[in-house]
Amino acid sequence: MAQILFVVLATVAIAAALGMLISRNPVASALWLVLELFCIAGLYLTLNAQFIAVVQVLVYAGAIMVLFVFVIMLLNLTALPRLPHFDWRRLVGFLAGMAILVQLVYVLATGLDALPAQVSSEQSAVTGSAQQIAGELFTRFAMPLEMIGVLLLAATIGAVLLAKRKLT
Amino acid sequence: MVEVEWYLGLSGVLFMIGVLGVLIRRNVIVILMCIELMLNAVNLTLVTFSQSLGDVSGQILVFFVMAVAAAEAAVGLAIVIAIFRKKTTVDVAEFTLFKY
Repeated sequence: MAQILFVVLATVAIAAALGMLISRNPVASALWLVLELFCIAGLYLTLNAQFIAVVQVLVYAGAIMVLFVFVIMLLNLTALPRLPHFDWRRLVGFLAGMAILVQLVYVLATGLDALPAQVSSEQSAVTGSAQQIAGELFTRFAMPLEMIGVLLLAATIGAVLLAKRKLT
Repeated sequence: MVEVEWYLGLSGVLFMIGVLGVLIRRNVIVILMCIELMLNAVNLTLVTFSQSLGDVSGQILVFFVMAVAAAEAAVGLAIVIAIFRKKTTVDVAEFTLFKY
């Protein structure tokens, strides 16, 4: 059952990512990315990480994608014109991406023996619960949490300043 | 339960698609979306290891990565709006402000 769920979610995730890569309309790209983000949230659920799955849907599929779609609408974009001739930069980009994939798969294949033993799924359900994460987040990681708050405030002010019509 | 290496392989493939998008696409908004995709692929690796080791720290790191990704998207899109106002295009090949 878990295997079937994983295969379905993984297939849809890869298909959605490829759809984002290929589609020429930026709005279509954004919608493909939303589908991909939901699939990743489903994969988190198959890993028993409930809290991260919910946060993924709220923050990524909710907040960040709304921001992207708003900007696309704001700029009133149409698809960029097709390149008239063969672009060698695309070929180089494709080869570089494939090289990275080969490297990642090689590292994974050589490290298969070194993978640590998995804990039981009852144990991992406890690890992924909001209670467990909140306990660590507000004790051991309280300082980074405050810093993230400051970072988000700085980013908000910076975004407002940058997007303002006139810098005075 | 699905083995860890399947999740890691999927994460690698998604990361590769993100890299391809950054290298191949010309629309700067799509490039930002591909960066989000790459961040997501790395998050998947972090959650996988966190859950298979039974250690919460990895998921807290994912939480922080999401916060930084939100900040990055906000500032990045504001920069895109500022540049679009000046050049009325989102083609990265046209952004030559720092050239020469």
